Parts: sequence; structure tokens; C-alpha cells
Amino acid sequence: MNTQDSYVTADGRTIGPPMMEVKNITLRFGGVVAIKDISFDIREGEVRAIIGPNGAGKSSMLNVINGFYHPQDGEVWFHGKKRHAMKPHQIAEQGIARTFQNIALFKGMSTLDNIMTGRLTHMKSNMFSQMMWWGGAQAEEVANREIVEKVIDFLEIQAIRKTPVGRLPYGFQKRVELGRALAAEPKLLLLDEPMAGMNVEEKEDMSRFILDVNDEFGTTIALIEHDMGVVMDIADRVVVMDYGKKIGDGTPDEVRNNQDVIDAYLGVAHD
Amino acid sequence: MTDTTTVGALDTIPRLLVRNAEIYADKPAYREKEYGIWQSWTWAETCDEIQSLALGFLTLGVNPGDHIAIIGRNRPYFYWAMVAAQSVGAVPVPLYRDAVAEEMAYVLDHCSARFVVAEDQEQVDKMIDVMDDLETLEGVVFLDPSGMRKYDKSALFDYRELQQKGRDQKADLQGELDKRLAAQDTDTTCVMLYTSGTTGRPKGVVLSNRNIIETSKGTCEFDNLVAGDSVLAYMPMAWIGDFIFSIGQAYWSGFCVGCPESPETMQADLAEIGPTYFFAPPRYFEGLLTSVQIRMEDAGRFKQWLFKVVMAHAKVIGPQLLDGKSIGLLDQVKYWLGGLLITGPLKNTLGLSRVRVGYTAGEAIGPELFDFYRSLGINLKQLYGQTEASVFITQQPDGEVRADTVGTPSPGVELRIDDRGEVFYRSPGAFVKYYKNPQSTKDTKDPEGWVATGDAGFIEKDSGHLRIIDRAKDVGKLKDGSMFAPKFVENKLKFFANVLETVVFGSDKDTCVAFINIDLTAVGNWAERNNIAYSSYQELAAHPEVYKMIQTNVEEVNASVAQDEMLSGCQVTRFLILHKELDADDGELTRTQKVRRNIIAEKYDDLICALYDGTTSISTETEVTYEDGRKGSISATLEIRDAATFARKKVAA
Repeated sequence: MNTQDSYVTADGRTIGPPMMEVKNITLRFGGVVAIKDISFDIREGEVRAIIGPNGAGKSSMLNVINGFYHPQDGEVWFHGKKRHAMKPHQIAEQGIARTFQNIALFKGMSTLDNIMTGRLTHMKSNMFSQMMWWGGAQAEEVANREIVEKVIDFLEIQAIRKTPVGRLPYGFQKRVELGRALAAEPKLLLLDEPMAGMNVEEKEDMSRFILDVNDEFGTTIALIEHDMGVVMDIADRVVVMDYGKKIGDGTPDEVRNNQDVIDAYLGVAHD
Repeated sequence: MTDTTTVGALDTIPRLLVRNAEIYADKPAYREKEYGIWQSWTWAETCDEIQSLALGFLTLGVNPGDHIAIIGRNRPYFYWAMVAAQSVGAVPVPLYRDAVAEEMAYVLDHCSARFVVAEDQEQVDKMIDVMDDLETLEGVVFLDPSGMRKYDKSALFDYRELQQKGRDQKADLQGELDKRLAAQDTDTTCVMLYTSGTTGRPKGVVLSNRNIIETSKGTCEFDNLVAGDSVLAYMPMAWIGDFIFSIGQAYWSGFCVGCPESPETMQADLAEIGPTYFFAPPRYFEGLLTSVQIRMEDAGRFKQWLFKVVMAHAKVIGPQLLDGKSIGLLDQVKYWLGGLLITGPLKNTLGLSRVRVGYTAGEAIGPELFDFYRSLGINLKQLYGQTEASVFITQQPDGEVRADTVGTPSPGVELRIDDRGEVFYRSPGAFVKYYKNPQSTKDTKDPEGWVATGDAGFIEKDSGHLRIIDRAKDVGKLKDGSMFAPKFVENKLKFFANVLETVVFGSDKDTCVAFINIDLTAVGNWAERNNIAYSSYQELAAHPEVYKMIQTNVEEVNASVAQDEMLSGCQVTRFLILHKELDADDGELTRTQKVRRNIIAEKYDDLICALYDGTTSISTETEVTYEDGRKGSISATLEIRDAATFARKKVAA
């Protein structure tokens, strides 16, 4: 596969050149090496999955991508430019949004308000005009609300618009979290185990939303997921990690037939 | 006021639309909540939208007499599609949107539909599945394009693009549209609705403009419905009631139809719209009352006490006030205070504050339930009707409302009870024919225009009100010759909040037995309060404590059945609680949630045998169909219990 060219998938989506490249990343916490010399890329418009057994370093990898962790070695390239150490909010402004493995919503706030917080990076008016509901603040609020309402409509959560998220069942909280990430209108969406703890029906719903986001808005998606069935169904390419190392990278079919991957999942005797 | 005019020149729905666009130009015709805001369309705007779509239909080559199926939830766009279809001389055929693809395919094939107007990807996918097998189906017009960007669009048309195309070609096509509108009259088919059919395949009921408009006129006058009224359209569009309320009566009197944002938000949208005219099946009112009771049980002690005191007083005064009886001053003050503290806010939360005319129908409604709403001061009444009658056969006039009757004949309706007890009617709303089914038409409607309802009932001598006993074909005899009417017992059982659905068997047997479905909301809440753990419907249904509770309910019903002179033989001797909820997807209920007795009897034959042969437990396996059409099966071991019966009341010799 040529690294720079665009290509068209079997279902007719155009996958562009790489938008995000991580090169030779190594991340250490004291003596613990969480990620060891990993390189891969995420192409524009694709659904990229990162899989691996527990403790393989998947979430750490996501945290490197969205700038929460600063790796000791290696480079992160975004849109063809090397990225310097940044604060997470600066990275959010670059168009990267994420959801969390353990839901991180404001429990006491309504669904609507939670999703509104996703618009924060797009708000320009200062605090005073917002407090006074005056000038640009009003028009801005209306414009942001419209985008949020479209997200609510897209995720079919109109019925819980005004419900405090702490009262919602788990599957809905996950959906609200996705909504907040979508409200930021990201170019790259990072999903950390979006389907953990869901039943089959909820997983089907979530898969549909992920594919629709990719399809409708052309959002590039990188996701971590444990459910192999789901990953193989929705991902264009898969990175497999084990003990902080990359052991496989390719299409779902390639990965499925990779001996190292089979060993990592089924287990082999360690000498 | 237009209500006093005769039908005259206003003899088709499109003509009523033109009139409304003139005299109610700036008044709202449709409201829909979208993106969290209520959008509204005036009658003038509605007329423009409908004409644009009608012109769009002409660009597709729709011919007079074609059938256009409509599949979607209650949204203004689909009501427009129906009237646009009528405008070009086609016949709109609304379908149940939750039906599976093969059910839809049968109907589309039967009416040779050439075009379908479908809501979204879900419905379009169903159409794509069946399109190859349907020779006549040429294209699908879809409203919501999301998810379909890469679909092959050769036979798919975007609703709004079609409207735009119609607007663009208006100059060329307006003449043709006018010609088609002029060619229609009172006998032109207005709509075709498929009856859900408790037995066999659905039948297409052909209703003419005369049926719909005469019925709407009569009933609007009956309840004095006028342009300022409003309804919330949330019942399936394929159901005749929705067509009459949201199109027939709305176009006749020019009132506004509100559409909820999504099916799940209906309750909140109802509270925001505050309709003045409201219909809901007994199930809905039951569910609402259950949720009120559940929330009251969780409330503090003082609130519970206040609720009890106010409701006890309202129960006595509310219905009397509604019936226009004179009330003492002290009671009036007390009722007003109660309204301030409890019943007013409660009605507001339920979205029923402004309801001036409320109807319920379809099933019998429990007296307790009925009284609850009437004590709140809501003018809830009953009507009796069917698709073939354009809904209305009988309805209760203001001031003559009772739980056990269905009212007096609607305007223009004649009633007759034959010697076997079956109810017949003749009315301006009586249907034209069953589509492509002359035999059924002949069996149902005689040359003089009398239509058989299939229901057994009688007219009360004193009040002139009709009372319905059961489906005529379900009324049978027990072995000892006494009368067996399953619905009579089932209704009594269903009046308990714990019981969601039940099926009673006993025709040609010694005794009656029953299947019971528990109400997961009510029983689930009860289980929570009593520390009973369960993980599924099946587990809760099989719990011994639940069985004990249901047994008490069954025995109470037996005691009450024993009091009835004719039907005291129908006491339930043995029962079981089913391991799954009866479901329309499994063919056990109709799409309007009525039980299909024969299919259930066939499917659960093993359980019925066990109920009669005295065993106390039986294991069984049942096939279930998921919403996407896949099949699976669940197995369970069910307990069978005996219920105490009571001495039968002697028939006076």
C-alpha cells in the first residue's frame, strides 16, 4: 500500500493520505515501559482500530495522540507537520476530540449542557458579553446550540435532552459522551473503548453511529476496542499491540491471519 | 362559522385544503418539534408544500388511480404526502412503519403500489429488500437522506428535491394538476387503509371522500371542534383514527395538528403542546396512571397524604362537575383548592390541562382508570368504531359518560342488533369496499348498506347506549352450555395494573383457563420495593411471589365474574404466566396490539393441553422474531396454578 496516495474502499469511501503519523514512540512511566518504539499512521477518512490484550498500552497510545502524555522518544506528525509538546486544549483546537474509557461527563448537568461543553473550543466571545447575554455572545450561543441540536438529532437522544446525565443508563451516557466529542466538529475522533460494557443491541447502535459519523461527516476515527467482532466489522485497518509493542498492522483480514496476533490473543508458552 | 355549512362544494380533501389556505391562511396547520424547537406551518404554507409535492409526483409520472404507500412516523411531511397523492388523483396507502419487510411487501403487492414515500434509511432498506420481487414498485421517495449517501439513487428520490422539481416545472404542470383536481368528487377514493386483521391477511379498506368528510363533519359538530383546537398526532398513521383526527377532522374544522419530535419524547411534547382534543387507547391511560402511582409511592409522606385527600374528594366532585350537576359552594372551593395544589399541576405534567374533548377506544377501560381521569376534570369519553366505519359508530355525548358503555350512535349512524347478538350499522362513513376482495365485501356489507361489526353487544333499554360483550366469533359455549365470552374475563383481569395482557380459553371445554402477561413496569417496581431480584422478564414472570400476587388477582376476578348472570361460567380455574410478552413481531398481536386468539392457541397448544390435563409444570420452547426479522427461540419451564372459583349465581328461572 502506497503511503501517500488516496484509494477508494470496497464500499465506496475515499481514504486519503495519512493525516496523523506517530513515529518511533516510546513512553515510559519511571521504569515501566508502556509503549516501545511504535510507529503507525492514521489516514484521512478511515476507521482505524487499536486492539490488544489488557495492559498492552492502547489507552496510553491514545493519550499520546491527543497530547495528554508526552512520549520520551519519537515524533507525532499531524497534517504533515511535526507536532511540538502541547497542552490537550491546544490539541483540541487542532480538531482532535475524544471519549473516555470511564465516562467523563458532568453528572449533574443535562445532556444538552454536556454536549454544549463540546463547543467550548469554538466560542470566541469573552466572559463578560456571555454573562450579559449581549453582542456576539447571543448569536454565538444560537449558532452553537444549532450544531448541538443536530448532534442530538443525529444520535437520536432528543428524549433525554433535559435529563441530568447521572440519571441515564450506561449506554446512553456513552452516547452523550460521543455527542460531546462530535459537537466539537473534530477532524480526528478518538474513541477509547466506546462499546465496553454494552449489550449486543447497544453495541449495534453504537457501531452504526460510528460508521455514520465516518460516512456523513467524513470524520477520521481511531478507536480502541476489545470486541473483536465489532473491530473486524467496522475498521478499515487495525494496529495490534501487546506488551507495549506493535505486533501487527493491516486490514482486518491480514491481522486475523497474523501468527503473532493469534499467539497474543490465544496465548503461547513463554520460554 | 364554517361548521354550519353543508359539505356542498367542499367534497374532497384537496378542496378543503384550498378553502383553509384562504380563510385560515395565517393560522397554524401543522407543528412539529425539530432540533428542540417547535416549527410551524400555516395553512397557506401547507397548501404550497402539498402542491409542490403534488407537482413533483407529476414529474414522476404518477397516474390517477395509482396507489402511493406512505411509511413513516407522524410528521407533517407524510400528511402532506397523503394529500399530495390525493391531489394528483392517486390513492394514499399509509402502512405501519414497524412492520417487517415481508408484511409490507404483501400490502404493496396487493395494491400494486407504484411509489412509496418512506421516512428514512430503515424504511428504504426494507423497500430495497423487497423491490426486486414487486413488479409494480417503481420508486421510493425518502425524507431523511442520512446514511444513504452512497445508495444507488436510480429508483430513490429525495422528498425535498422532488418538491423543488415540482416548483421548477410548475408552469408546465399546473394545468395538469388543476385538471386532475377538478375531476375528483365525493365518490373519489380518499384513502385506503389495511386493517390489521385479527385473523388472516390484512384487507384493504377503501374509503371515499364522502365517507371521510361526512363523518368528520358530523363528529366535529358533535363535539364542537373548531379552528382554534389542536391535537397531537402520535398514533400510527396507518390507523384510521389518525387519518380521521389528523386529516379528516383537521381539514374540515381547520384545527392544528402537532407532531412529536420522536416517539420517545411524545409525553414531554404533549405537555408542551397541551392539545384541546386528545385520543389515546386505554393502554396509554393505564400506563400513565401506573407511572403516576409509582412516582407517588416514591414521594414523601406529606405529599402522599395530600394526594390521597385531594384525589378522594376529586373522585366524588370531578365527574359531577363534568356532567354539569350543581355542587355545593364548600365542595366547589375544596375542589378548586385541590386543583391548585394537586390536580392542576398533575394535569399539566400529563399534558392534559387543556383537553376539552378526550376519547378512548379499542378496548374496554377499567372503571377505576376512567374515574381517575374524570375526577381530574378531564372530559374523557368512550367511542366505538372500526376502520370500515371511518371510525365512528357510537360515541358518548357530554354528560352521559360511563365506563361500561360505548355511547349512543354517532351522527348519521343507524344501529341494529341481529338475533345472534351481533351489532350492525349503516352510516355515511361505511366503507366502499375491500380492495380486490368482492367476497369479503359481500360477507361484511349487505346490499342495503348494513355492515357487520363482528362484535356481539346489546343496546341498554334505559339509556340507549350500546354495550359490547366480545367479538361475535369469540363468543362460544362451555360444555355445559353456558355462555363463554373470553374478552369479558380478560378485561376484568387487565384492569389490574399487574396484568398487561391475558388470553382466556374455554370454548367447548368444561372450564376456563388463562395465559397471563405481567406488566413489567408495574410488577418490576413492586419487585424493587419488595427486594425481589430479577434479571429478565422471564425470571420475574416465574417468581413464586409474582404468581401469588397474580393468583389473588385471578380469584378476585372470579368472584366478580360469579356475580354475572350470563357469564358466571367463565371463571378461570387454572392459569399460567407466560415466559415472554405477546408481541406483534411474532404475529401474536395485531399491529394495534389486539390479541390474535387462534394464532396464540395454535402456537402454545402444548401449554393449553397442560392447563387442562392437570399437570403443575411444563417445559416449552417458543420461537421469537427480533425486530430485524431474525428468529431465535427461548425455552422455559412454566408453573401452572389452580385458582379458587366461586358459586355461580343462579339464573332466575
